Amino acid sequence: MYSEKVMDHFTNPRNVGEIENADAVGEVGNAKCGDIMKIYMKIENDVIVDVKFQTFGCASAIATSSMATELIKGKSVDEALELSNKAVVEALDGLPPAKVHCSVLAEEAVKAAILDYYKKTGKDTTELEKICTGCCESCSAHDHHHDIPTDED
Amino acid sequence: MSHDHDKKFVYADNAATTSVHPKVLAAMLPLLGEVSGNPSSLHQKGREAKQYIDSAREKVASVLGCDAKEIYFTGCGSESDNWAIKGAVQNYLERNKTDKCHIITSKVEHHAVMHTCKALEKKGIDVTYVGVDENATVNPDDVVAAMRDDTALVAIMMANNEVGTIEPIKEITKRVKEKNPKVVVFTDAVQAVGHIPVNAHDLGVDMLAFSGHKFRAPKGVGGLYIKSGVVCKALIEGGGQEKGKRGGTENMPGIVGMARALEIANEEMQDDNARLAVLRDDLIRRLLELPNSRLTGHPTKRLPGTASFTFEYIEGESLLLMLDMMGICASTGSASSSKSLEPSHVLLAMGLPHEIAHGSLRLTLSHETTQADVDYIVECVTKVVNRLREISPLGRN
Ligand SMILES: Cc1ncc(COP(=O)(O)O)c(C=O)c1O
Ligand SMILES: [Zn+2]
Repeated sequence: MYSEKVMDHFTNPRNVGEIENADAVGEVGNAKCGDIMKIYMKIENDVIVDVKFQTFGCASAIATSSMATELIKGKSVDEALELSNKAVVEALDGLPPAKVHCSVLAEEAVKAAILDYYKKTGKDTTELEKICTGCCESCSAHDHHHDIPTDED
Repeated sequence: MSHDHDKKFVYADNAATTSVHPKVLAAMLPLLGEVSGNPSSLHQKGREAKQYIDSAREKVASVLGCDAKEIYFTGCGSESDNWAIKGAVQNYLERNKTDKCHIITSKVEHHAVMHTCKALEKKGIDVTYVGVDENATVNPDDVVAAMRDDTALVAIMMANNEVGTIEPIKEITKRVKEKNPKVVVFTDAVQAVGHIPVNAHDLGVDMLAFSGHKFRAPKGVGGLYIKSGVVCKALIEGGGQEKGKRGGTENMPGIVGMARALEIANEEMQDDNARLAVLRDDLIRRLLELPNSRLTGHPTKRLPGTASFTFEYIEGESLLLMLDMMGICASTGSASSSKSLEPSHVLLAMGLPHEIAHGSLRLTLSHETTQADVDYIVECVTKVVNRLREISPLGRN
């Protein structure tokens, strides 16, 4: 059911852990939904020089967390904001349709962390605040900007 | 043994399905190989097939403590559940010339019962879902208290498939019948038959469902006990098979296999269960040594092979997949296994919060399970739980 890449990132997740005195921290999801991701960033001159995560969730939640951190490491904050759940899913060679919602977690955690960074550095946050940073439930309530196939099953 | 991890394989999902017993296979193979008649045919091959079914019915009835004419063969446990519930309700509606009545069931039933009740609810039938205590036990008082003048059916399972709790069916039946003998009592005994003693007449129930693949018969054959005198309308209309109660050419080899499997299970039950309970309790004791773990289901009134747990701060699907990679087949009631984002309705009904219910694990042992298997399971579950907790943001201070 899962691709080899998903299984690789699930069993051997990259960048697990915490960063002390992180420049940005984002946490999304909640235990009720069964998925929580917390992401920590070290940012220098608007570039993400280090990133770590902690995730409570299923295999696809863990794998997408891991892949998302790989994709944004070394990127500028602006580039990281462009990261979509779709890109994460593609980098993992796909997810089963019922599991795509789990990938939203990673996209939102990255955005939540950057929002935190904007706030800490006094940047304008109005655009970012519009992006939801909720759990799976709130995302399926307004999934306009996520690529989630509807699974009639 | 413990150095042999790469090759190790432990099947600990026997509540999902079991392996076919070699003696069952031996009883079935000739029936699949040679010319096998249709039991409805009048010629010699038809008569022979019918004889096989008749003899299987006798065997099943003798193990289940009822008469052969009270046993009906079906395609699976789910069909038996659907048939019992819909058939009893249909009979009530026709007899009372009404389109409304009431069913009592529990909040911890298998989907085959729960979804059948929900489907009837959509058609205007009232359903009361009786709650359970923290061990998933139904209180007979609650069932009796839910009874109404128009209650047609009580449907409570005999043993729970997720947490192994054995329900007080005899007591529930007695209490319901004391209040109103006309109410039909049905029990889904799919997890019980072949694993713990089940005597239909002694239990006093009107109907009882079972399924072959849960006790070492092949998949795709089940049965329903319907007490003499109890009317259950047909679910599948057809050519008059099973006394006109269940249409469809009989799965003769499957029926023969199921009868043989039940005989064997009955013979071996005492020895098997004594041995299983020791392994199960060892597994439970050792896994509960993990911090923030708990046993789910009744501590003693539980199926001999079922050990079920929750581990806080981790999610069940992750746990399951990591165990799978170590060669251990298990099961979880986490949301990820259900597609609905909701964790197991059974664990929620027992009062566990969502976040804990997400981290459930069910290990179901069999005659094949050894002490070495239990040791290996303990070693792997411990490793995996610790590993996933390292990744998890929860449970830190
Ligand atoms: C309690 C219970 N009822 C019903 C069923 C359904 O049986 P079957 O798989 O034969 O349809 C199962 C099996 O999963 C079960 O455990
Ligand atoms: Zn998920």
